[in-house]
Amino acid sequence: MRRSKGVKSIETRHYEEREAFFAGLARLSRRSFLKLAGISAGIAFGKGLVTPQSFQLVEVAGAAEPGASEKPRFTFAYISDTHLYEDKLNDRFVRAILKAVDDVNNLDPQPDFVLMGGDLAQLGQKPELDLGAQILKSVKAPIHMMVGEHDWFLDMGEHWKSLFGAEQYSFDHKGVHFVTIMSVQEKDFWTARGMTPMERMKTVAGLDNGVQSRFEVGEAGREWLKNDLDKVDKKTPLVVFSHSPLYKYYRNWNFWTEDADEVQAILRPFEHVTVIHGHTHQMLSNQIGNIQFHGMLSTAWPWPYAPEGLPKLTIQQNRADPFDQFDGCGDGSIDVAESGLVNALYNLWDRNPVTIRASYLASGGTKDAPPRTKLASY
Amino acid sequence: MRVKIPLALLAAVAAISSGVIRSYSRAEAPRHDAPRSPSGNVVVALCDGETTAEIAGVKEGETPTQAQAQAVAAQLMAEWERKNPGRWEVAQAVQPPEGRQGAERSAEEAPPKPAPTPGQAAAQGATAGGAGGLPAAPQGDVQQGHTYGAFSERDERIWKAETDRFVTQGHDIFHDASAVGGTIGVSCDMCHPDGANTHPETYPKFQVQLGRVALLRDMINWCIQNPARGKPFADDDPKLKAIEAYLLAQRKGVPLEFGKH
Repeated sequence: MRRSKGVKSIETRHYEEREAFFAGLARLSRRSFLKLAGISAGIAFGKGLVTPQSFQLVEVAGAAEPGASEKPRFTFAYISDTHLYEDKLNDRFVRAILKAVDDVNNLDPQPDFVLMGGDLAQLGQKPELDLGAQILKSVKAPIHMMVGEHDWFLDMGEHWKSLFGAEQYSFDHKGVHFVTIMSVQEKDFWTARGMTPMERMKTVAGLDNGVQSRFEVGEAGREWLKNDLDKVDKKTPLVVFSHSPLYKYYRNWNFWTEDADEVQAILRPFEHVTVIHGHTHQMLSNQIGNIQFHGMLSTAWPWPYAPEGLPKLTIQQNRADPFDQFDGCGDGSIDVAESGLVNALYNLWDRNPVTIRASYLASGGTKDAPPRTKLASY
Repeated sequence: MRVKIPLALLAAVAAISSGVIRSYSRAEAPRHDAPRSPSGNVVVALCDGETTAEIAGVKEGETPTQAQAQAVAAQLMAEWERKNPGRWEVAQAVQPPEGRQGAERSAEEAPPKPAPTPGQAAAQGATAGGAGGLPAAPQGDVQQGHTYGAFSERDERIWKAETDRFVTQGHDIFHDASAVGGTIGVSCDMCHPDGANTHPETYPKFQVQLGRVALLRDMINWCIQNPARGKPFADDDPKLKAIEAYLLAQRKGVPLEFGKH
C-alpha cells in the first residue's frame, strides 16, 4: 500500500501523511511532537482548517507532557474479534483482518508482540480457524493467541488448541507478568436439549440468545490462575488477557463473567493490574479497585453499547456509520508504562484514534480525559 | 352465570380446500383440510374442523353466488346446532364486556390482567381507557350495545398472542442470515443484538448517506443489500413487515421522535 513508486496523487499523499501521523501518535517524545505537529498542521491546512481546531493538535497537546512513570517500557499491539468465515463465503471479514494485519505490520517501531484477542473464527469450523492461522502468519511480530467463544463451542476448542496450543498460559516480558485466561466457559446447556455441536455453536454465537449459559472462568480455571500467580511477586506489574470482560457489564449479551468477583479477588493483591479483553467490540474502559480494564475493538463489526450497566469511566465511541464497513472497527496498541500500568490506543478506522490513559482511569476520570463522544447510544 | 362465546363461526372459516392462503405470517396457523367432493363440487368446512357441506353445481375454482354461500352457511350452522343442542342460545346471550357490575363485582373477583412487561407500563398507560379499550376497573355505567367495542379480555389476549407471534417471526428472520436472503453469513443481529442501535422511533428522517428522507424499511433493505449482500424485500413483503414489527416491539415505550439524529 505504502510502497507505490513514482508519482503519487494528492489523495495518496494525504492518506500517507495521515497514516504516518496516526501511527506516530502512540509514542510521542518532544521531538516527534514537533514533527507530528507539523504534519498535523499540514493536514489541517489541506482541509482548510485553522490549526487550533484540528483534532490532531488536540490529541497531541494531551500527549505532550508524559510524566516519567508514563514513559513506555514497551508496546504491544492487538487484533481482535475477526469472526472469519471461509473466504469463499465471506470476503468482508477477510478484508478487515487483512487491514489490521497491514496496520500492525506498518507500526514503526514494531510492537514487541501482537495479541490476537479471540473470536478468530465465526463458527469455530476448521476452514475458518485454518484461514485465520494462515493470515496471522503474515504478522511480522510474534503473536500471542487468546480463544473466544466463537472459536470454542463447535468442538470445545479441539481444533483451536491443535493450532495454537493451550488456552490458558502465562509468560514474562520485560518485567511484566502476562496471563491469558479462558473466561468463556459455559455450563452445559446443550446436552439436556439434545443439541448438535453446530446448534451449540450457533446458540453461543448469538449474542442475544438467552438459551446459553453465562461466561465464566470456572473453578478449574481459577485454580490454575491462583497457582500461576502464587509464584509472582505482588509488585510485579500484571497484565491479564481474557476474552470476556472480567466484570459484570450486561448479562443478557454475556458482556459479563459470572465468576468475575472471584477472579478479581485473585488479582487484587497485585499492585498494578490491567485486564485487556475482547468480545465487546467497542471502546470500553473501567476501573474496579486497583484493576484497570480496557476492551478491544473488533475488525469485523462494532457492537452497540448495552442498554444498561456501562461503566462510568467509559468514553463511548461515536455510533458507527453503517454505510462504511470499517467505521467503528479497528485495532490498537497498548503502551506498557514504567509504572506498570498501560495506556490503550484505540486505532479506530476512518476516525481519529483515541487513547485511554492509566492516569485517566486511576484518577476516576478527573485527569487526562479523552475527547467525549458526539454521537452517544440511544 | 352465563358464558360468553365470541362467535365468528361462519364467514372467515369457510376455508375452501384449494384456496387456503398461506402468507408468511400465517405459516404456523392450524388448518382444516376439507375432503374433496367426488363430483368436483366446492366443499366448505365449518370451524369445528369436522362439519362440511358441498355447494351443488359450483365446481372447485368457481365462486358461489351470494345466495349459494348464504345457503351453505345456514346448512352448516344447522348441522352444528344439531350436534351441539342448546349451545347456540347460550352463545346468543353475549353480554357487553362488563356484564358483572356494581355490587356483584368485588375486588377479589377482578378479572386477571396480564402483567405488563418491564418498560411497557408507560405505553399501556397511553391506551388504558381509550376508545375500544377494556378498562381494567370500569367505574359506573359504561356504554353498551357497541359491536366494535364488544370484546373481552380473552379477545385481547388472543390479539396479543397473535401480535407477539408476528414479532417472534420478525425475531427469527432478524437472527437468520438465510431468511433475509443474505449471501455472506451476515444476519441482522450480528450488529444489532436485541435490535439495538436501529432506533426505529427516529424514522422517517433525512438519511444523510442516502441523500433523502428514509423510512425504517429503507434502512432495513439497505442493510440486507449491503452488509448482508442480499436482495431488498418488496415493500409489502411479510418478512419485511415482521422485521419492522420486531424492531418496533423492542422499543416499546420509547418516545416517538421522528427525524432525530
